Amino acid sequence: MEIGISHYLTVSAILFTLGVFGIFLNRKNVIVILMSVELILLAVNINMVAFSSFLNDITGQVFALFILTVAAAEAAIGLAILVVFYRNRGSIAVEDVNMMKG
Amino acid sequence: MGLQVLFFYLFAFIAVASAFMVIAARNPVYSVLFLILTFFNSAGLFLLTGAEFLAMILLVVYVGAVAVLFLFVVMMLDIDFAELRAGVLEYAPIGALIGLILAAELIIVVGGATFSPEVAKAISMPIPAVTERTNTAALGDVLYTHYVYFFQIAGLVLLVAMIGAIVLTLRHRENIKRQNIPQQVARTPETAVEVITVKPGQGI
Repeated sequence: MEIGISHYLTVSAILFTLGVFGIFLNRKNVIVILMSVELILLAVNINMVAFSSFLNDITGQVFALFILTVAAAEAAIGLAILVVFYRNRGSIAVEDVNMMKG
Repeated sequence: MGLQVLFFYLFAFIAVASAFMVIAARNPVYSVLFLILTFFNSAGLFLLTGAEFLAMILLVVYVGAVAVLFLFVVMMLDIDFAELRAGVLEYAPIGALIGLILAAELIIVVGGATFSPEVAKAISMPIPAVTERTNTAALGDVLYTHYVYFFQIAGLVLLVAMIGAIVLTLRHRENIKRQNIPQQVARTPETAVEVITVKPGQGI
């Protein structure tokens, strides 16, 4: 049995779905929501690398590198906002976030 | 070939199982640790496809930086996680339904995917053979020539993220004694020392 691209795409589809489901499941806990977003970006990266490998085109790996960059930046900014929000409110419940509206 | 299949299923199964534990674990510290396990196994999947550099970068960036950042924040904030867990099953059925439908659709779409023969002609940057150019060198060849502007912009994104995180979390506390160097340097003997002549037996 040969491992084809559809195997990788299936793994990535399952990881993506788990990320989306995690946002539904932990809708009060921002930290786990951020981790779910990381899972979603990881699934996208697996897609990119799998296509790059099976099409024999290195552009996909370059793109995966940029996605990695953006994911790291997003995690840093998200956690910084989380820390500031906790400092102001004393909790990280997502329901209170609409307090930030003007 | 059998070994590759074996390792693919090993990495894929552990990645999916630990990704499930990320969203299902009660304690966010466990979630972060399972996230690290997911990244390790995804790096294994990357290695199987031949993307060695990205596999190592995934370990360095995610396990070394992002996951540790998550751990710091989870442990730094004093949060009652049991309270946040309270209504967790309220939306679980509808979430599971949507998740199952989404997963089924995605798997049906990608399950039998094959490339059409014309795709091979449209390849812009073919990967050189591993024997003549390593994956890291091949990636660098493309990244620093064709995609150099995108590379610079990625650096700018990281810079903006760093400045943004610092600006967001830096706070100027009041009522803290700070050293004011210009003020110290500007002192003269006239402002610093006062000579008082004390008469004997009287005190000040």
